[in-house]
Amino acid sequence: MQVKINGKPEEISGGTVLDLLQAKKIEPQMVAVEVNDTVLDKNLLATTSLNEGDRVEFLFYMGGGR
Amino acid sequence: MEFTEDQISRYSRHILLPEVGGKGQKKIAKAKILLVGAGGLGSPAALYLAAAGVGTIGLIDSDVVDLTNLQRQILHHTSDVGRPKVLSGKEKIQGLNPDVQVSMYEERLTAGNALKIISEYDVVIDGVDNFTAKFLINDACFFAGKPLVHGGILRFDGRVTTIVPKQSACYRCVFKTPPPAGLVASCQEAGVIGVLAGIIGTIQATEALKLVLGIGQPLTNRFLDFDARKTQFREIKIKRNPDCALCGAHPTITELFDDGDPFAGCAVRP
Repeated sequence: MQVKINGKPEEISGGTVLDLLQAKKIEPQMVAVEVNDTVLDKNLLATTSLNEGDRVEFLFYMGGGR
Repeated sequence: MEFTEDQISRYSRHILLPEVGGKGQKKIAKAKILLVGAGGLGSPAALYLAAAGVGTIGLIDSDVVDLTNLQRQILHHTSDVGRPKVLSGKEKIQGLNPDVQVSMYEERLTAGNALKIISEYDVVIDGVDNFTAKFLINDACFFAGKPLVHGGILRFDGRVTTIVPKQSACYRCVFKTPPPAGLVASCQEAGVIGVLAGIIGTIQATEALKLVLGIGQPLTNRFLDFDARKTQFREIKIKRNPDCALCGAHPTITELFDDGDPFAGCAVRP
């Protein structure tokens, strides 16, 4: 099925948000995840399944400024 | 308050704008804007806000100018190496525009001093380089009810968002807590392309002026992310989180605290 990840369409085999993070080798502590514009609580990453057409945003921390 | 002839000339390109005019320029002249950090983001913001004729600019920074700062911190010159950033900054601001009052705070923003300092200002600009300070600024602006223009830069990426407390999503609505210290690299290790500070800091100054003037649409409920490699902006919608520990329906953060280790660093992008 197709989802949009950070604005780009991608074909994924389904599964949960945590599965997607693991497939992309992203440490869940390092991102805030939005699904369809709503931030997902970290406790729900493993139980939230992705659906066709979902828009997923991985928001990385950006801490610099000086 | 009346402008002199020189001031009318100086600000003429603003006064010509129907959205600003003489009335708007007076709002700018009365405005008090706080820059937390007189470094990468603070530098372009300070210079453009000074040029714009902001009445009072507050500068908080406990550091002295280091040679490694000069690749991006354009408020400071080679001859300033070793001098306090707030002093170097004040000189450049007033050299550009003597109309501007500069308040210097040669200290770190802490849970102890944040509310007292922030409450003196109309708008706050985040130009700090660590998560503890970014969360502290977010929390302090919420408690003080002051609009905040958040900025972050890292390597080739930058981000800006405007936060109007109790009206728009705050930093904790998206990022609940600072990242674990073990996953964080320091700014020194991560690197940043210098011009990015100019791009993001200038957008922050734009947002601050819009808030002062009350014009346009603020960059609220949106992250504006910039990728310098592609020269591409992306807007990501964010929204208030009803479960936010700070501004949600049942807040658990009810006073300021230093969240995490301020020396832990600034970078976590893989």
